Amino acid sequence: MENMIALTVDGISVEVPAGTSVLEAARKAGVHIPTLCYLKDINAIGACRMCVVDTGARSLQAACVLPAAPGMVVKTNTPAIRQYRKTLLELVLSAHDKKCLTCVRSQNCELQRLCRELGVEDGDAFKGVTNEYAIDDVSPSIVRDNNKCILCRRCVAVCSSVQKIGVIGPVMRGFKTAIESPWGLKLNEMACINCGQCITACPVGALHEKDDTAKVWAALADPDKHVVVQPAPAVRAALGEEFGIPMGTSVTGKMATALRRLGFDKVFDTDFGADLTIMEEANELIERITSGGVLPMITSCSPGWIKFCETYYPDFIPNLSSCKSPHEMVGAMVKSYYAEKAGIDPKKIVTVSVMPCTAKKFEAARPELGHDGMADVDIVITTRELARMIKEAGINFAMLPDGDFDSLMGESTGAAVIFGATGGVMEAALRTAYETLTGETLADVDFHGVRGTEGIKEATVNINGTDVNVAVCSSTGMAAKLLDSVRAGEKNYTFIEVMACPGGCVNGGGQPIVDSDTRATVDVRAVRAKALYGEDAGKALRKSHENAEIKAIYADYLGKPGGHRSHELLHTHYTRREKYTD
Amino acid sequence: MKSLAELEAIRKATISKINVRKENEAETVRVVVGMATCGIAAGARPVMLSFMDEISKRQLNHVTVSQTGCIGMCRLEPMVDVIVPGHEKVTYVHVKPEMVPRIVAEHIVNGRPVDEYTIGAAE
Amino acid sequence: MDIYRAHVLVCGGTGCSSSGSATLIDRFNEKIAENHLDKEVKVIRTGCFGLCEAGPVVIVYPDGTFYSRVKPEDVDEIVTEHLLKGRKVEHLVYVDHATRQQDAEKKLEDITFYKHQHRIALRNCGVIDPENIDEYLAMDGYRALEKALTQMTREEVIDEILKSGLRGRGGGGFPTGLKWKFTYQSQADQKYVACNADEGDPGAFMDRSILEGDPHAIIEAMAIAGYAIGASQGYIYVRAEYPIAVKRLSIAIDQAREYGLLGKNIFETGFDFDLNIRLGAGAFVCGEETALMHSIEGKRGEPTARPPFPAVKGLFGKPTMLNNVETYANVAQIILHGADWYASMGTEKSKGTKVFALGGKINNTGLVEIPMGTPLRTIIYDIGGGCPNGKKFKAVQTGGPSGGCLPESLLDTPVDYDNLIAAGSMMGSGGMIVMDEDNCMVDIARFYLDFIVDESCGKCAPCRIGTKRMKEILDRIVEGKGEEGDIEKLEQLAQTIKNTALCGLGQTAPNPVLSTLKFFRDEYEAHIKEKRCPAHHCRSLLQYKIDPAKCKGCTACARICPAEAISGTVKQPHVIDVQKCLKCGSCMEKCRFGAISRV
Repeated sequence: MENMIALTVDGISVEVPAGTSVLEAARKAGVHIPTLCYLKDINAIGACRMCVVDTGARSLQAACVLPAAPGMVVKTNTPAIRQYRKTLLELVLSAHDKKCLTCVRSQNCELQRLCRELGVEDGDAFKGVTNEYAIDDVSPSIVRDNNKCILCRRCVAVCSSVQKIGVIGPVMRGFKTAIESPWGLKLNEMACINCGQCITACPVGALHEKDDTAKVWAALADPDKHVVVQPAPAVRAALGEEFGIPMGTSVTGKMATALRRLGFDKVFDTDFGADLTIMEEANELIERITSGGVLPMITSCSPGWIKFCETYYPDFIPNLSSCKSPHEMVGAMVKSYYAEKAGIDPKKIVTVSVMPCTAKKFEAARPELGHDGMADVDIVITTRELARMIKEAGINFAMLPDGDFDSLMGESTGAAVIFGATGGVMEAALRTAYETLTGETLADVDFHGVRGTEGIKEATVNINGTDVNVAVCSSTGMAAKLLDSVRAGEKNYTFIEVMACPGGCVNGGGQPIVDSDTRATVDVRAVRAKALYGEDAGKALRKSHENAEIKAIYADYLGKPGGHRSHELLHTHYTRREKYTD
Repeated sequence: MKSLAELEAIRKATISKINVRKENEAETVRVVVGMATCGIAAGARPVMLSFMDEISKRQLNHVTVSQTGCIGMCRLEPMVDVIVPGHEKVTYVHVKPEMVPRIVAEHIVNGRPVDEYTIGAAE
Repeated sequence: MDIYRAHVLVCGGTGCSSSGSATLIDRFNEKIAENHLDKEVKVIRTGCFGLCEAGPVVIVYPDGTFYSRVKPEDVDEIVTEHLLKGRKVEHLVYVDHATRQQDAEKKLEDITFYKHQHRIALRNCGVIDPENIDEYLAMDGYRALEKALTQMTREEVIDEILKSGLRGRGGGGFPTGLKWKFTYQSQADQKYVACNADEGDPGAFMDRSILEGDPHAIIEAMAIAGYAIGASQGYIYVRAEYPIAVKRLSIAIDQAREYGLLGKNIFETGFDFDLNIRLGAGAFVCGEETALMHSIEGKRGEPTARPPFPAVKGLFGKPTMLNNVETYANVAQIILHGADWYASMGTEKSKGTKVFALGGKINNTGLVEIPMGTPLRTIIYDIGGGCPNGKKFKAVQTGGPSGGCLPESLLDTPVDYDNLIAAGSMMGSGGMIVMDEDNCMVDIARFYLDFIVDESCGKCAPCRIGTKRMKEILDRIVEGKGEEGDIEKLEQLAQTIKNTALCGLGQTAPNPVLSTLKFFRDEYEAHIKEKRCPAHHCRSLLQYKIDPAKCKGCTACARICPAEAISGTVKQPHVIDVQKCLKCGSCMEKCRFGAISRV
């Protein structure tokens, strides 16, 4: 092939396309070069210098940023290079707090693993002064502990390059360099959207979710509280990874059992909320189309996206669907419909959501998402926090039998489960909207045009002879790009789905952390999404409006989608937010 | 915006202005005016200014004017030495401003000292 | 009348300005007016003369009298004696270090300091008024640009620079012509030329002096470069700490625009070129080319990996050709006099001249420009006048924080890029700091490392953490807390940083330590093993002692001691209590009998 480059890495000949880095070329040759700051497609800056290789040039080169060149002879494993890498790790350790035993990332830490693999013997070889940092734990979603930060800047890259937000960056210089927000502000004082992508990018324990498990344990232990839990669609696609189950395995049944064993009084499913969302959102879309409302309508399930829109694209607030996100809908229904049915004082109910998302923690605390002085959702924990609770409770997850969700709000369709992947909400909405508008039954419910991990996807669906243009995007960076084109009048859509995280909720900021080596070879977003599409395909019912419990809730309680009670319980409003506060 | 010709003109004009800073130039003619108290009292300053005026008028880039102190013949002041490289120093005495154009024209430009003004004629 | 019979040149470089040359200029103008000489005598503020040691420097033409260390009160005398009466003020005339004579008749180029020099980059510094474009024009200014634009093709210009053998004067020594050629070869809708005036090496100030003394030389060279590579826009990145340079450069750019030497359709050749100044905030790392360009773009000044090289992808993602000030200062002369003329000077692989900033323990601190290949000894002794106070020379540090310290045994090294690297140092931007027997080489290494620790950008781990740890080890050693194994640790860290750091600054950061370890390892060992500083410099390792044989018991030392550490009876030998002694050295200064010494 014309654009192929031949080189040798440690004596192994390999051919790669022009533009490939030496790191990737080595990988192809079966040579693993250690990295710390490199994160495929996100961060290649040659800062940690772990990946230095000898190409015969004047100095060693960082393989992650060095393009492969024809005839290049690369040595990755000389005695000198091994010694330098070890010394580099010892230096990094000398500026790290080394509190591995109690670190949330222990055994899932790239620094720890490299030290072990590269034979570092003395963590104090270059003992010296360290910078002491106060832990920033003021944000409802994200905790930054710079005492553990190794300045790889993966968080910075994902925040600025992928999400196009850039509320963190290097400040000061030299040994005093730290990743912080400008002017010494805390993360919650910045226009951070709480997406948590920085956490999943972090190789060490410098970033983690605000841990709310203690609140859950306390509620479970309180005999006066009736604790109701609901897990999001994407959680079942990834929770297993925390227990050694291969990525891409759906663990819905084990998860339901585990939740029950943890002591929750009711185990409902956010998937039910997803179906409910589709009922409301499809109705809203049809209303907007038929009555000349603001279009394109944009989905509102992703709280990171909502805050992004409120802050950075406030002119699109009227385009946002007024629907609450699925778990908020379930929360509202638990404290009204379920409380009434079960005869429980809603004030004694504690609603807990298990989410793939750190922004949901911020969302749950929004004052508008509540009723009669009660929040719809009281506590949000992430997939990772649930895994820790399961481990702490001594539950052998892998051996659990499959269980079911509790009825009333436990049934769901295939349309709901695909909410966890980018394009899922769009596909689910199209299934219902199509049938509602045409009165026909869809022959094929699979809308392949909106599936896949690309940042922006477009499709045109013919409904009743009219072409409806839709777009799906994931990551706020892609959202910005898409909205810019809409704003400029270059694009004309009727309906847009936006998810704040690249690939949607399966790759959310609250999901199990996948190390950079795995991310270099596996598209986490696609593998996890496959688990969800697999569940969808296996379901008897694949359209939200076919869900029996949904039908019941409208018949018994809500009346009709978009009706008075729905508006009271299931819809919300948005606020313009300033980028900087005083 | 200047044309190439204008730039060349600026160069030429400026060279004559900064010529004074050139050292040891083989072709430099030096005019040295006695400027001690005796010389000044006898009217050396107007003489020196006349020299400068004349040199400037004729754009003589290779001539410098400087002063020197008393050389002990106060009665002959104002005295002016004209030193042309390769020639012996010529000393003019009792110099008056009106004599200057002739010294410049005949001696400095044309290389013929004005004998009647020189120290030899006076002695 | 336009022509003045006498010119008083007062150095307006930063060095002389800070020792009061601005006041001198005012005073001269005042006194000259008072004596009605204002139509005959002109005062000109020039750029740096180079002999900063003797500042403020004043030269009176046409006599060429070189006055040094002129104070405002001296001005009256110079005006009434020299300018009015033509009598040179002998006692203010510069004392030549070699002859120890004040010779009022001595011409500038005969002064020993200037005699060995060959000024190309500095040719107009101290000679012309940098704020007057006409004076630059009179010195053949912009003739090279005219020649390039009207008589030469772009390829010919590049070829001339290539053939001249000119190499980057900022430190790297990369062949300048190749840089031009690579950028010329890059295809793009927009290219840039840039000038690195972010001079950051401690002790180096040649770039500042050129910008202050001859700003048009840089503008002309950049325009030539723009023509050669196909750029219509240039940026000069100059540190904000150089206010005089920035001001003169701004004036020069305005004047060049007014004369049509910058702007559209220069010399009606269809060539457009303009320049803008960008101020740096003083980060050392912004002298690194990729960091500099990020800074111009408004980003954090940090290096990024090369490739891509700036010639392919530089400023704003476009091909960019970046040269240092001193490199540019040679360009017009090469175009004007030809590559062969330039290449006739210097050594085989290092052509032309190089400016060095002499500093430290040397008599003639200042700027010197010498042909490549001049031995260190000539620079330090013949030009620099050796170490003051009869002290013994110990080492010379070249290349700033990236360079190294060379001992006496290497003084006959002809200075060029390759020889200095072979000797264990480097050219760098041309800082040259002399150390004598009183300098502790461990402490010198620590000084440079301290600078690096402060200036590391913090991007790559080896430089960010490694230099800090090296500095901590050196701190320990000079405090007498050095341990067995510290030297090995320093070497391990130095090698790691040298081989793995991201940018050139990081890779060379350990050089001061490596070179002192190479040539002065015994000093390190004395500190660590014997807890002794051979130079008697490190405070924690020295003691003050009174020699009872020399002490007259005058009590002066006891009275000056702030710690009351000295006791003794009058007319009897005194004693220092080492426990109480603060090691301030006041007693030693005070003693008239030389009885007190550091051991």
